[in-house]
This record gives sequence, structure tokens and C-alpha cells, in this order.
Amino acid sequence: MKNNKLKGWLYLLPAILFLGFFMVYPLIDVFIYSAEEGYNFVTQTSKGVGLYNFSYVLRDPYFMQAVKNTFIIVIITVPLSTGFALLIALALNSITKLKELFQTIYFLPYVTNTLAVGLVFMILFRKTAYTDGMVNLLIQFFGGEGVDFIDGPYWAKMFVMCFYTIWVVLPFKVLILTSALASVNQDYYNAAKIDGTSKGRIFRRITLPMISPMIFYLVITGFIGAFKAYSDQVALFGTDLNAAGMNTMVGYVYDMLYGNAGGYPSYASAAAVILFAIVLTITCVNLMVSKKNVHY
Amino acid sequence: MRVNLQHLTKKFPNLNKKVGGDVIAVNDFNFEIPDGKLIGLLGPSGCGKSTALNLISGLLEPTEGHIFFGDDEVTHLPPENRGVGLVFQNYALYPHMTVLQNIMFPLQNLKGEAKLPREEIIRRATEAAKLVQIDGLLERKPSEMSGGQQQRVAIARALVKMPSVLLLDEPLSNLDARLRLQTREEIRRIQKETGITTIFVTHDQEEAMSISDLIVVMKDGMIQQIDAPQEVYDDPANLFVAKFLGTPAINVFHGEAKGGELYLAGENTPVLSVPGVADQTLWVGIRPEGLIPDPAGPLCCSLRNVEVMGRDTSVVFDHPAADSENPRAIVASARRPKAGETQVRFSLDREKVHLFQKDTEERIRYGEQRHEE
Amino acid sequence: MSELSSSYAIIEKRARRRKIAGRTFTYLFLAFWAIMVLFPFYWMILTSLKSTSAYNSEFVPKFFTLAPTLENYGEAFSAVPLARYFLNTLIFTLATTALMLVVIVLAAYAFARLDFKGKNLVFTLFLALMMIPGELVIITNYVTITNWGLRNTFTGLILPSITSVFYIYLLKENFAQVPEDLYKAARVDGCTDLGFLLKVMVPICRPTIVTVIILKVIECWNSYVWPRLITTDQNYFLVSGGIQQIRESGFGRDNVPAMMAAVVVISLPLIALFLVFRKKIMAGVSRGGTKG
Repeated sequence: MKNNKLKGWLYLLPAILFLGFFMVYPLIDVFIYSAEEGYNFVTQTSKGVGLYNFSYVLRDPYFMQAVKNTFIIVIITVPLSTGFALLIALALNSITKLKELFQTIYFLPYVTNTLAVGLVFMILFRKTAYTDGMVNLLIQFFGGEGVDFIDGPYWAKMFVMCFYTIWVVLPFKVLILTSALASVNQDYYNAAKIDGTSKGRIFRRITLPMISPMIFYLVITGFIGAFKAYSDQVALFGTDLNAAGMNTMVGYVYDMLYGNAGGYPSYASAAAVILFAIVLTITCVNLMVSKKNVHY
Repeated sequence: MRVNLQHLTKKFPNLNKKVGGDVIAVNDFNFEIPDGKLIGLLGPSGCGKSTALNLISGLLEPTEGHIFFGDDEVTHLPPENRGVGLVFQNYALYPHMTVLQNIMFPLQNLKGEAKLPREEIIRRATEAAKLVQIDGLLERKPSEMSGGQQQRVAIARALVKMPSVLLLDEPLSNLDARLRLQTREEIRRIQKETGITTIFVTHDQEEAMSISDLIVVMKDGMIQQIDAPQEVYDDPANLFVAKFLGTPAINVFHGEAKGGELYLAGENTPVLSVPGVADQTLWVGIRPEGLIPDPAGPLCCSLRNVEVMGRDTSVVFDHPAADSENPRAIVASARRPKAGETQVRFSLDREKVHLFQKDTEERIRYGEQRHEE
Repeated sequence: MSELSSSYAIIEKRARRRKIAGRTFTYLFLAFWAIMVLFPFYWMILTSLKSTSAYNSEFVPKFFTLAPTLENYGEAFSAVPLARYFLNTLIFTLATTALMLVVIVLAAYAFARLDFKGKNLVFTLFLALMMIPGELVIITNYVTITNWGLRNTFTGLILPSITSVFYIYLLKENFAQVPEDLYKAARVDGCTDLGFLLKVMVPICRPTIVTVIILKVIECWNSYVWPRLITTDQNYFLVSGGIQQIRESGFGRDNVPAMMAAVVVISLPLIALFLVFRKKIMAGVSRGGTKG
């Protein structure tokens, strides 16, 4: 028996070592970093402890721009992508022919490298000296005026940003919602059909409550994911996101750590802690709301 | 409401592509359900009885044939316009609604002229709940109720819009034995009280026998027999019906008719005189209660086991001509074989002996049997 | 009766018409989004097949090409060390996945089958770690790896991504479903713990393990942030970093067809993997994947 106890720890040892070094220690360390003032990366010394790093970050216009961008992305893409995914899942579940084909196609973006496809999006939306780009030509065809979505006005960049984000996150949501819808017992729909329930009512009174746990799951993970947005931005606008005015909070952390501004782990830590606090708060609020509205 | 089915057929494309062709779930149904009766649709699982029910409800559209409610053809009418109530095997109660909300749901769907004020909806729902005796549980959620109570809610929900036809799909199969007995009496009572034409799907012959006015026996999508419960048992149309009804099951033997006498295969002593039956080999079905212990009886079997059941005794025996695996007789306990006996002799009650064609398994009628036509 | 019948006929007709209209609309909608999804892929393949001069001369891009050429693919492999990036990514993906499997299978087994003091406490701590975002710990990890002098090495790339609490959890749940009796029977038959794990548990739980492998491979293939921080030497770039480099400096900014050829090559392996294991991947992702 004694032997057995030791064995348990032995089996766990690799996992504990790795987690200890690369999860637990860094977690504690990041809070320490964020509190150490004037930390020098080369000499690895600091001048003291305080909240200076936080106040620096909060006064940094780049950070405030990043916060603004991140919030816009979250507020626009999470509801839109969830709603749109629900529409697609509903449509998918109402057909039998070609269903598998559509499902396969819709899932494709999940398995592609976001940076690679981001490059294609950039080509499609960009306006250069040689060509106005696909999208602009389409806009002009319908009588609109072209605009450079990659290097142009803020709203245009934000539009591509959100569009691409939705394009990337949709496969996961469609998949989850399609299987959630398919797992609703068909008898509920048959019962409703016999009672002459209208389509809208079936959706509101039966479908929506039945899949509400999954919708909340998607909203919560969607919020978390959108707050961590970064590589999609890099894909579209390049690594110098501050210059493009399209930086996100995670992007700010990395830029502070390395990148062009480079070498300020204290500021990076402070920004990361702020991000973590925001995500935690919103997730808690989400969970509270979902507790109230999910029925079982 | 009278329900009339004419040549009703439903084919499904075969999912197993190697086999190809269609699966015929319901094959050329023709029958009429008189107004206000309770019909048991009985058959083994997979025989198409639920499909038949779904055709009547309108959830499925038939491949061929017609359905009439009264004088009106409803074959292609959407389910909501048919005025049917359907109770599902697993009840299909909406888990997020209370009992009252569940029962109110069908009435809230009414549109246009039929639309009811909220008080009226609540009044009718409460009334339906009273009918099935769950009016004390209106604020509960389905998950807080027993299976029997859920079943009642499901029935109330089906009844609340006063359907002209009530359809029940294996309504008792998810209940335990005691509740099942109680609930089926309850269904019978409600049906009598409301006078709604009711169709009841089940694979349990006892269930069907005990509450139906009329039983429709199905096999492989085809109707085998339509008759009153006792008739189906006493006068089966074919070997399948004879085997499917009755516990313990009917004993089946290989046999032969020769010169108006019935022989079991491999024997020289006739066991029964069957005047008018042409010489042929055939199936002999003998109900367990049709075997009467008789030291002078013509049927000699080796005794295998005696199971005491109290009032009756079940005698399990062996016979070389038997097709059934455990042929048995039900005899009055007083007449059961004594300990140490290895053989038992029976004489036969001709009312309980049915003959069937060897190939088609159709019934062969003979002699002075009660139901000779 | 005839009046009723004719009103029934109208209801029937209306119901049928509504059904057909609804169906048509549904398919149009689905087809629309399918085009939105497929179009970037089509564009990327199409552009990669156009010759550079043809592409640059099209002010209005054409939706097809009459003279497809593979020269861009040659360009993609020769102008930037694309093959090198590929190999790096392959090594990184395989090594990370293999090492991770060892670690998580052992840990999951300990949680599911072995009894020792403090097991529940450790498990709870593990679950708590699941909520920690990677962004929070990446800063220190970067510093750690730099201090250890492991930048621009495979070790530095691989080390931090070897454990995943979530996969340990997924596997532990699956291991726990294997009947206890099997374990007892194996012990009676003289099987060691490790033997039991490898010969019984792992084969029984293969579907979950395959799911984990697939998810991890996708994750590795597309990982960008950590490799970008830790590699400055082209020789250690992964495909994601490679793409970024191609975008910013490779080929010259305007050789779009060559860029697209590189993108096609990089996207292909995972898409091929997906098309082969479509059902497994989709089932796996819906059981427990989130992007990134």
C-alpha cells in the first residue's frame, strides 16, 4: 500500500513539474512583476514596490487604444457571431440533403491557419496602386465608393477586423449549436407540431430554452476568446499594430514584452493583470446571468 | 370521430445501400375505427405500428392510400389542422415549463377566431388536469414528478384542446409494473368519460387485451387480424397471432392430418378427430390450458418440470414433435402429476387446438369448432 | 361536407407552398455562407496559379485563369526557406504532441485509478489552473526561457506547451469510466500498473486519445504567439512565423501569387488531415475544443 502511494505521485510528477514551472510559478511571478517598479531586464533588479506600472499602463494612449479596440471587437463579434451561428445551425438542422457537405465546408476555417487565411483577406480587402482589390471592385460595381480597408479609415479597418473574427470563430459555434439542436428530442417538435405551434413560437418557447445552456457556454467562451484577440489582427494588419491603430490588449502585452516597444516585462505584467481582471469580472457576470436564465 | 384508413402504405428508402429498395413500414392498411372506441394497435417492435400512428397524426405523409376523419379526407392535411392529440412514449413534456404551462401550451397556439382569453385557457387547463387527477401539482416542473404523474400530464396536454382523435404511442412502457396496471385503468376511464376515439399502440398483448374495444394485430407492416380482444385469443387468424397472444405462449407442434384424424409428427395414435381437413402436414397449436391431464389421453409426453404457481400448476414437458422450446400445460393444481412420474398423458380440448397451413401459416378450420364459418 | 373538404384543400395547398418557399430560402442562405467560407480558399488557390505578371496586370482581378502556372510554388520554396519552416513545424508538432501524451496519460491514470493521499486536493488545484489564461503566464515563461538560454531552440519552443490541464481532465473522465473490475482482474493476472495502463486503458480509451492528439496537432500547427516570442532565428521559424515574415519582407511586398502559393502549401496539410478524419475531428472538437 505504501508503495502505491508513492507510485501515484510518481505518475503525477511530470505533470506537476511542468505545471509548476510553466503555470504556477509564472502566475505568481506575473503579479510580482506587475508590482515591481523600475524593473531592469538586464540587471534583473527593481527600485521598489508599488502601483506605478499600473498607472503607467493606464495612462499609455496605446493601451487605451488597445482597450477600446478590444471592447469594440468583443461587443460586436460575440453577439453577431453567436446569433449568426444559431441561424446557420437552425438552417442546417432543417435539411437532410447536402447537410454533411455544408457542415464540412462551414468547419473548414477551424482547421486553417488564421495567419495564412488572414493574408488572403488582406489581399481581398486591400487597395493598392495596382488594383483596388476584390471587395472594393464589388462595392464600386454596386455603385458604392471604394475604401482601403487595410490602411484606410478606422471604421473600415474595424469592419474587416470584425468580419474576419466572425469568419474565424463561426465554425466552432456552428458545430456546437448544430449538435445541441440535433440532440433536442424530436418528440418535442412533434408534440408542438400536433398542437399547431407556429415556427416562431416553437423557436422561442421550445428550441431556445432547450439549447440555452449551450448558448451561454458559447457566449462565455466567446467573450473570453474575443478578449484574447491578437493573431487575427496580426494576420490582417501586420505586427506593428500600434502604428495601424488596431492593437488589442493581448497585443499590447506582447509588444511591451518584446516587439517594437520591447523589454518591459513589468508593464506587460500590469497590462496582463488588468486584462485578467476584466475577463474574470465579465465571466462572473456571465455566469450569474446564465444561472438565472438556464433552466436546468 | 370515425377514422377510416384506405390502402394506407408508407415506404421508407432503405438506409442500407447494399440491400437497396424500400422498407415498407405500413403495408396496405384498410380498416375503420368506429366513433368513440378504443383501439389497440398491437405488434412486436419494428412492425410499423408507430409509423401507422404517425400517419394518422399527420407527422408522416403516406406513400399511398387515404385517411378519412368522419367524411373528410385528411391524408395530406398538416397535423395541426387534424384535431388530434398525441401522447408520446417518453411523454415529451417541455422540461423548462411547469405542469400548468405544459398543459396550457396547445391552447396558446390557437390563432385568429379560435384564440382564447387567458382566463379561459387557464380554466380549461385546470379542468384537464382535474380529469387526470393532477390538479394539485400544477406548479411543479416535470423533473419533480414521478413517471406516472408525468404520464398524466402528457395525457392532459393531449386532451386539453378536445381532440377528435386521441393517439397514444406506447404510453405505459416507461412505467413500472404496478403503475402500468393503474395507469391503463386510468386511460380506460378517461376514454370512457370523454368518449374520444382513441388509438393505442403497444407491444404488450396483455395491455392491449385488457383495455381495447378492438385489437389490430400487426406484423411486418401488415394487418394480421382485427377483432375484439377475446376473439383474437380464441380465434386467431394465423400462427403468428396465435403465438403472439397468450401467456404462456401457445404450444406449437409439427403434425399431420390423415383421413380426418390429427397426428403429431412421428406418431401413429391420432390425438384428435378433425373432420373435413384435407390430408396434409400442418402446424398444430395447442393452448396451455387445452392440455388436460388424463391417464387415458392420446398424447404422451415426457415430463420435464413442474412449476407450482398456487391456483394452477405449470407442467413443462418434452415431445419429439414439439416446435416450441418449452411446451407447457396449465393444469389445476389438484390434477398435477405426482412426484416421481416421468411421463404425463393429456387429452385435448378441441376449442383450444388450432391448425395452421404449413407454408402460409394461415388458419385451417375444422369440425364443430365454435367459430366455423 | 364538400365545403369543409374544399377548405381542407386550401389548407393543404398553403402548407405545401409555405414548405417549398421555406426550403428554397434555407438552401439559398446556406449556399450564401458556403460561398463566403469557400471564396478566400478559392481566391488563394486561383491567385497562386496566376503568373506574377498576369496578376500585376489585372486591375480588375479575373475570377479564373486560362494559363495556370506552378512557377509560384517553386518561387515560394526557393525565395524563402519554406521547406525549413515546414520541417520545423513538423518537428515541433510531433515532439510536443508525443511528450504531452506521455505526461497527460500518466497524470490522468494517477487521478483515475491510483489511490494516494492528497489526490483530491491536487486534482482540485489542477482544475483551478484550467481557468488561468495563457496570456498571463507567457510573460514569465518568456523570461524563464530567455534566462535559461533556450531561445531559438526546439526545447524552448516545446517545453511550456507540454502539459494541458484540460486534456488531463478529459482523459481522466474517460479513464474513470473503465470498469474497476478490469483493473482487479488484471492485477490478479499479475499485470503491473504500467502494463495495465498501456495494454488495457489506452486501447479502451483510444477514441479520446485520438481526439486529444488531433486537437493538439491543430493547436501546434497554428500556434503563433509563443514561437514568435521565442524565435528570432529564421532557422527556427514555424509556418505561422514564416507567413508573417513572408508578408513583411519575403518576395518583395508585391509578389502576391508567390505569397498565396506559400499560404496554400501551409494550409494544405491540416485541410487534408481534416478531410480524411472529418467525423473524428468534428466530434472531437465538439466534445472539448476551443480555438487557440
